[in-house]
Amino acid sequence: MADIASGPPRAGAGVRPEAIKAVPVRHPGRWVAGALILLVAVYVVYTVAANVQNDTSEGGKHGWAVVAEWLTGPLILKGVIVTVELTVLAMVIGIGLGIVLAVMRLSLNPVTSSVSWLYIWFFRGTPVLVQIFFWFNLNTVLKTIGIGIPPDGPWLWHIGTNELINPFVAVTLGLGLNEGAYMAEIVRAGIISVEHGQTEAAQALGMTRLQVIRRIVLPQAMRVIIPPTGNETISMLKTSSLASTAAVDELFLRTQQVSNFNFAIIELAIVASIWYLVLTTILTIGQYYIERYFARGAQRELPPTPFQRFRRMLFTFHESPPLPADAAVGQR
Amino acid sequence: MPPSGSADMAQGPMVKAEAVHKSFGRLEVLRGVSLQVQPKEVMCIIGPSGSGKSTFLRCINHLEKIDAGRLYVDGELVGYTQRADKLYELPDREVCRKRSEIGMVFQRFNLFPHMTAIENVMEAPVHVRRESRSSADARARKLLQRVGLADKVDTYPNQLSGGQQQRVAIARALAMQPKLMLFDEPTSALDPELVGDVLDVMRGLAEDGMTMIVVTHEMGFAREVGDTLVFMDGGVIVESGTPRDVLANPRHERTRLFLSKVL
Repeated sequence: MADIASGPPRAGAGVRPEAIKAVPVRHPGRWVAGALILLVAVYVVYTVAANVQNDTSEGGKHGWAVVAEWLTGPLILKGVIVTVELTVLAMVIGIGLGIVLAVMRLSLNPVTSSVSWLYIWFFRGTPVLVQIFFWFNLNTVLKTIGIGIPPDGPWLWHIGTNELINPFVAVTLGLGLNEGAYMAEIVRAGIISVEHGQTEAAQALGMTRLQVIRRIVLPQAMRVIIPPTGNETISMLKTSSLASTAAVDELFLRTQQVSNFNFAIIELAIVASIWYLVLTTILTIGQYYIERYFARGAQRELPPTPFQRFRRMLFTFHESPPLPADAAVGQR
Repeated sequence: MPPSGSADMAQGPMVKAEAVHKSFGRLEVLRGVSLQVQPKEVMCIIGPSGSGKSTFLRCINHLEKIDAGRLYVDGELVGYTQRADKLYELPDREVCRKRSEIGMVFQRFNLFPHMTAIENVMEAPVHVRRESRSSADARARKLLQRVGLADKVDTYPNQLSGGQQQRVAIARALAMQPKLMLFDEPTSALDPELVGDVLDVMRGLAEDGMTMIVVTHEMGFAREVGDTLVFMDGGVIVESGTPRDVLANPRHERTRLFLSKVL
């Protein structure tokens, strides 16, 4: 680029010099660090594997056989299903509530926005375990729920608290209502992140406030909302184990029940961990593809899938980081 | 050039402003702006930054509420109705309906980045005017062709140059078949070599008889295409007239000073 004056800057005008072939810089440090870390990892895995031996003494079975036996046992699988149900339901409640609360919070109506603020303040300010406990024991103070005049009526419609709120419902409510407060802040952050010009352009076209939010602002806010929501979902998957305190037999409670009679405590903790890891992995992959979908229009090229990235990583481990695509184009 | 088509003689002005005032907190941005824009007229507004040009433009489609004075579009008050001598604020739905009849083009384009060019253009016809997808699609394609972007129909905004984005934005505004177009410094954010394409599209619109108010720094465009030129400073109109007169023989010292800096 320096000698523009010396000739027309056209490609092909002169002879293209030979492509550069240089001996790459060696990075012995990377190899040493990589080897050390691998060594430690192998040692840790070996220690675990070697210590959880198959042992049939003390009358009971122990070790990997127990893990393998219970991992796909129907009792545990039922627990996995309950855990997934709890997570999905609580997140659906949480996300729905979060969007409503966030929109309320940004509303021009002072009552609406204060109610939203108060809700978030309360549900973020008390432990979720306490909230589950509260819903679980609601029937001790509130005998009847319905439309009418409490406590003794007359009622237009009513139902006994015990009929409405079984342990599963109590936990779902506890987790979902708590999640709503956190999701509200996440959604609000997403909405605020969308440039104000977008709202103005939409208004200038004659869209109503609700249309602007639904059609223009929220889809763009999604890019900001999804990563922390994925985080929340994964967190919820594990927080759902609090349901065990309300006697809802989800994954963790099931493994505890099993280890209570076969004493294979560590083995069943491993079973629970494996299942939590499997579910988390599925969620992570799902999150990745949802992010890719909402990135449309924001990036010129869709980011590589994890598989593509893994392959690229393998092949570039010993090389210098590649030039960014734009720089390469600019050099022609 | 001035609009004197006999068919329009009976019609009143498209925009009429009477002593329009607007403040942001203590800052008085508009201090009594009065003007009239006739149907098919192209009015260019120039002036230093902070003179209130953009604010005035935004008042016309009620993106900003005026504090005092009266503002009419096509004979109807902007944002209010008057019964006896009382003003009633218009409900949101009415404000939206009126906005949908006025096209606006922004300095920073403000295309919807999550939609392709054609989706941007179809958005308002389909969701505001409840038009069928097929007819909106057909018209959107025609409009994109008209602004010279027939081959960019399915492209996302960030894959377009600034000039192309601004032309999509013009097509998006035209899709609502507006009776009035507002341009807020439409070429100020563009690379110099891309300005021409956008101005060409605007010139074509003017030739087709669109009523336009253009806030701009493009003196060449103002001279060639504009029917009237308004110079604003400090929230008031300092002078106005045909572009040739104002540019060649400014009567006010303030205008002369401004023109000496930009010409």
